[in-house]
Amino acid sequence: MGTRAEILVPGASGEGPALVLSAPISFWGGVDPKSGRIADVRHPQCGQSLSGKVLFLPGTIGSSSASSVLMELVHAGHAPVALVLHEPDAILLLGLIVAREMGWETPVAMKLSRDAFGFFTGKQVRVGGDGEVAILGTDSAA
Amino acid sequence: MAMRIVAESAALLGAPRLIPIASAHIDGALYHGDSGTLFAERLVEGGARVAVRSTLNVGALDLMGCSRVRLEEPQRSMARRMMEAYRKLGCEQSWTCAPYQAGHRPAFGSDVAWGESNAVVFCNSVLGARTNRYGDFLDIACAISGRAPDFGLHLQANRRASLVFDVSALPRPFLASEIAWPVLGSLYGREVGNAVGVVTGVEKNPGEDALKAFGAAAASSGAVGLFHIAGVTPEAPDAEMALGGVEAEVTIRVTPEMARQAQARLSTAESTDHIDAVAIGSPHLSLAEFDTLERLLAGRRLSVPIHACTGRHVLVELDRDGRRKALEALGVVVIADTCVVVTPILPERVDGVLMTNSGKFAQYAPGNTGYAVLYGSLADCVESAVSGRPVFTRLG
Repeated sequence: MGTRAEILVPGASGEGPALVLSAPISFWGGVDPKSGRIADVRHPQCGQSLSGKVLFLPGTIGSSSASSVLMELVHAGHAPVALVLHEPDAILLLGLIVAREMGWETPVAMKLSRDAFGFFTGKQVRVGGDGEVAILGTDSAA
Repeated sequence: MAMRIVAESAALLGAPRLIPIASAHIDGALYHGDSGTLFAERLVEGGARVAVRSTLNVGALDLMGCSRVRLEEPQRSMARRMMEAYRKLGCEQSWTCAPYQAGHRPAFGSDVAWGESNAVVFCNSVLGARTNRYGDFLDIACAISGRAPDFGLHLQANRRASLVFDVSALPRPFLASEIAWPVLGSLYGREVGNAVGVVTGVEKNPGEDALKAFGAAAASSGAVGLFHIAGVTPEAPDAEMALGGVEAEVTIRVTPEMARQAQARLSTAESTDHIDAVAIGSPHLSLAEFDTLERLLAGRRLSVPIHACTGRHVLVELDRDGRRKALEALGVVVIADTCVVVTPILPERVDGVLMTNSGKFAQYAPGNTGYAVLYGSLADCVESAVSGRPVFTRLG
C-alpha cells in the first residue's frame, strides 16, 4: 500500500525502517547530534536511533535549536532517510532549508496526518522525492 | 542567502509577506557540530552584517574565563570560530539566554525576531513585544535581512488565549514559594503544547525572576511561545481581555495532586543519599538571584560545588565588589557566557546526581550531561550543597 504526502521541503528519495514516535520530541536535548540516538530519558523511545529511519513525528517541543541538531545530523551523515510530520515545523525544517543552501544532500520532509502513522509501525518504507510513501514489507529487524 | 532563507521559511509557513523587525536575539551561535560554524562563516564570507540590534544567546565556551569547559580539540576551535563569526556579523557579545535582563527589552507591541525558547516566551509574554519561536539560522537570517515572515504571534488574532489554566485551588504557601513557578511552568507546557493560555488565580505579581522560571520550564516541556497571567502580564489586564471576550475552549483546573506530580516528574534520580553537584541559572541568574544565593549561603563552605550560570552583564556587577571571588572561595563555580547543559563543564561521572531549582535544567540535564536530576528549591539546593546530602524542606 502507499499514499502520497504533501512535500514540505524537497529532498532525496530513499527507504528505511519506519520509526513512528509515540510522543513529541525536542531535537535539541532530546537527540544526540553526534549519533542520532534519542537521548531524552523521559521519551518512551529513548535509546533508539533516528539515523537511516523514515521518521514519523507526531509533534515537536522545546528548544529553538532543533534546526541546528537536524542540520548537524545531515552534515555528519546521521540524518533520518525522510521526515514525515503531522504539521509543518518552522524550527526543525530550517535545518533542512539551510543544509540545502549549504549544498548538502538532504532527506525529503513531508506532511501526513498523524492518524495515518500507525499503518507504518514496524514496516520497511520507501519515500519518493515526489511525496510517495510506500510500504515495502515488514521491517525484518522490528 | 539570508533573504532566501527568510523567504523560503515564509513560504513554508504560508506567510503572505515579510514585515520589518526592530531587533533580534540569536540562538545560532552555540556549537553543536561543524555544520553551524560553516554556515556562519559562509555568511561572513558573503559580507553579511546584521541590520538591526542583535544580541547573542549562549555559546559553547566561557570566554570570560571563570570556568573550565571540557570541550576538546578540534571541537573547541570550531566553537570559538563560530562565536567569532557571529561577532563579525555585527552581533552584540551578550552571550546570555536572559537578554531581557541584560538591557535588551523591545517595546510593547514591536515586532522582533528572537530565538532561544525561554527568551521568546519572556519577550512575548512579559514584555509584550511580538516574536515567533525563531529557530537557529532563521534568527540570524532575519537579523541580516531586517525582515521576518508575517505569521503566528506577530498577528494580533493569534495572541488571544484559547484556554484557561486555573491555579486558584492550589494552597497559598505553595503559590508563594519559589518552586511554584518552574513546577507550574513544566505542567503548563505539557498540558497546553503550543496553544496560548491564560493563567488565572494568581493574586499578585510574582516578580520577573519567577516569570522567567515559569516561561523557561513551559517552553522546554512544551512548545509555548506566549502565555498570559491575568492581572500580571501586559496583554492580560484580566482573563476576559486575554480571551478576547470569547469563551475558553478548555479550562484546566490545576489540583494540588497535579502540581505534586509535576514536581515529582522533574526529578529523575532514584532515591539517593548523596548529590554530586548543584546547578542553578537556567535561564541565567539575575543579580537579585545572586543576592538570594549569598543570603542562603551565609558564608558557609560547600561540600559539593554549586555551578551558578549567568551572563557577563551580571558578572561585571559581581566583580565590581569582589563578590565573585567570595562566592568562589565558598565553593561556588561561577559560569559566564554558557551553561552546564549546553557544553561539557560538569565532571564526567557515571551515576552522577545533579540537584537543581531550574525546571529547564531538570528537563535537559539527564539527556545532555548524563546526570540524574533531583529537583528542589534554591534553599534546598544550598542546604544540600553544604551537607553533600539531599535536603528537602516540606512546605506548609
